[in-house]
Amino acid sequence: MTTIMDPTDERVPVTRQLTPRPSAVTGRVALLDISKPRGSVLLDQLEEVLAKQLPGVTLTRYAKPTFSKPAPAALRDEIHQDNDFVIEALAD
Amino acid sequence: MATLPAYRLENSNGEEIASPDAEQALICFIKEDCPTCKEVMPVLEAFFVRFGSTIPVHIIGQTSQGNTALAQQFNPTFSILDDSALQVSFAADIETVPTMVLTDAGNGQASRLVGFVKEEWQALATKLSVQLDVEAPQLDWPALPDWRPGCGSLSVGPADEPRLRAMAEGSPIRARRIDIGRQDDEVEFMFDQGFSDGLPLVPPTPERVLAMLSGSKRDAQEVLGEMAPNMGEVTIEKVAINAVMAGCKPEYLPVVLAAVEAVLTDDYNIHGVMATTMGASPVIVVNGPIRQRIGMNMGLGALGQGNRANATIGRAVRLVIRNVGGARPGETERSTLGNPMKFTMCFAEWEERNPWSPLHVERGFAEEESVVTVFTMVSGPTLIVDQDSRSASQLAGTLGQGLQAVMGPKAYFATDCLLVVVPEHVDTLMRDNYSKEDLRRRIQEVSARPVRELVADENSATGIKAATAEKMDEASLDQMMTKFRRDEDIHIVVAGSEAGKFSGAFHGWVTGSVGSIPVSRKIEE
Repeated sequence: MTTIMDPTDERVPVTRQLTPRPSAVTGRVALLDISKPRGSVLLDQLEEVLAKQLPGVTLTRYAKPTFSKPAPAALRDEIHQDNDFVIEALAD
Repeated sequence: MATLPAYRLENSNGEEIASPDAEQALICFIKEDCPTCKEVMPVLEAFFVRFGSTIPVHIIGQTSQGNTALAQQFNPTFSILDDSALQVSFAADIETVPTMVLTDAGNGQASRLVGFVKEEWQALATKLSVQLDVEAPQLDWPALPDWRPGCGSLSVGPADEPRLRAMAEGSPIRARRIDIGRQDDEVEFMFDQGFSDGLPLVPPTPERVLAMLSGSKRDAQEVLGEMAPNMGEVTIEKVAINAVMAGCKPEYLPVVLAAVEAVLTDDYNIHGVMATTMGASPVIVVNGPIRQRIGMNMGLGALGQGNRANATIGRAVRLVIRNVGGARPGETERSTLGNPMKFTMCFAEWEERNPWSPLHVERGFAEEESVVTVFTMVSGPTLIVDQDSRSASQLAGTLGQGLQAVMGPKAYFATDCLLVVVPEHVDTLMRDNYSKEDLRRRIQEVSARPVRELVADENSATGIKAATAEKMDEASLDQMMTKFRRDEDIHIVVAGSEAGKFSGAFHGWVTGSVGSIPVSRKIEE
């Protein structure tokens, strides 16, 4: 029998539940731009459409400093605390 | 003397015998192919007969076949305990057989006789018979030799000692041990577990990992950081395990560690480098005395295959990223095409053939320091062929024209590059005493284009958007734009053989704080 040493980080990630999806969009919606080219174009259009169709909803724009790195923890916390929904514009 | 380890060993009847829990015990380690051990077998028998009913007397043999052979030859009344795994011998620090240990309460070693010195053994027999109030062992002492040196214990033999040291309590390695069944092929097993980059791996056995760790003085459990995307904790031990799998020698480990530390910085941004669809990969350049010491290739074929250090250092870094960080193609590694540098890309700079400051000195290190620099590149080496230019300005012009293609001919201010200048090109540049700065300036000069040539047109929609250009006045459109935002974005090193007028260029990814910044780290030996 050969014994080898585990080359991985040895962690077993927990399975997380998705947050229940509400039937209607109400309250506060974050529009997150990851800062890739033209993401803002998509979000501009979405913001316009959502503002017309869901007048009671508060829309707030956010942006990651760069698309190439994960969003900073402070930004994630802010979005989480101040919003009920997030729409993220990914790329190009 | 340290206490003897607790043990459970099988006797010849297959019964498990535990280490003595007594005020006193005699424990003797022997092996069959040792002439001295054979000579003391009658002595052991006599000891067992006299003392065995009063105190535990354990005779421990180091091979099961040998134990059987000794039993057949000498027919002792004791049963030899089987330590063919050698773990008890190793833990008891037995270097020579026979070694006779008299323990006291708590398994402390009251005395230890190494080899056979008649006087010592006789004194022990006398002492015990007095203490235990039993008759002295019946032995023809004068017939026994005065002295026999004994033989080397198998537990310190080169075939077993590294494994035993790695498996022993107190070993510096802590990673989970995975047992691969006898019927399983270990290389296939590692493929099945997803540890591999697609090529076979060297099984990281505890003894190989321990040997790898000997390449660095640093503590095996030192944490270097967390590797994205899984934010896996990178310890020196984990790097060593992956370095074994990559095929590294222990003396390469300090280079691998420094490269991993560079990759773990926020500036380097390994998360983005792995996740990008552009197929970016670390490109590792090694400078300083360690290049020669570990036999790195900086000459003929430096950027290619065939040199163990170059190939396996780069591979080890990639395996750490894959196995500890969890960056695997199709998961968070999303490269559209991928590129062969994702297996490995590491080479040394030929500083001795470099008329300018070597890379690490340019980046603020002392010449005598060994340094690793990690770049992020998406392609290369792309050859720029110039066998005709005889002046520095012509040759640098060709290099500039070649570098214009980095990321696309209209991609300006977009990225950086790593230019590997070959010796023959160095000679041409030095005819006119070109400095690195001259070379960079000339590259920028030749590759500069008026803004109007970089606007999207019917040939290509890349470059400056037409809508943006429409808002510019004529003067702005006529303004010359350099290929690279800064001259320093042209990184220059020297490598390659003496023959051939083809320098190589690696093309960068998103550079600066929004992407990846090259990082240098001193190699701690």
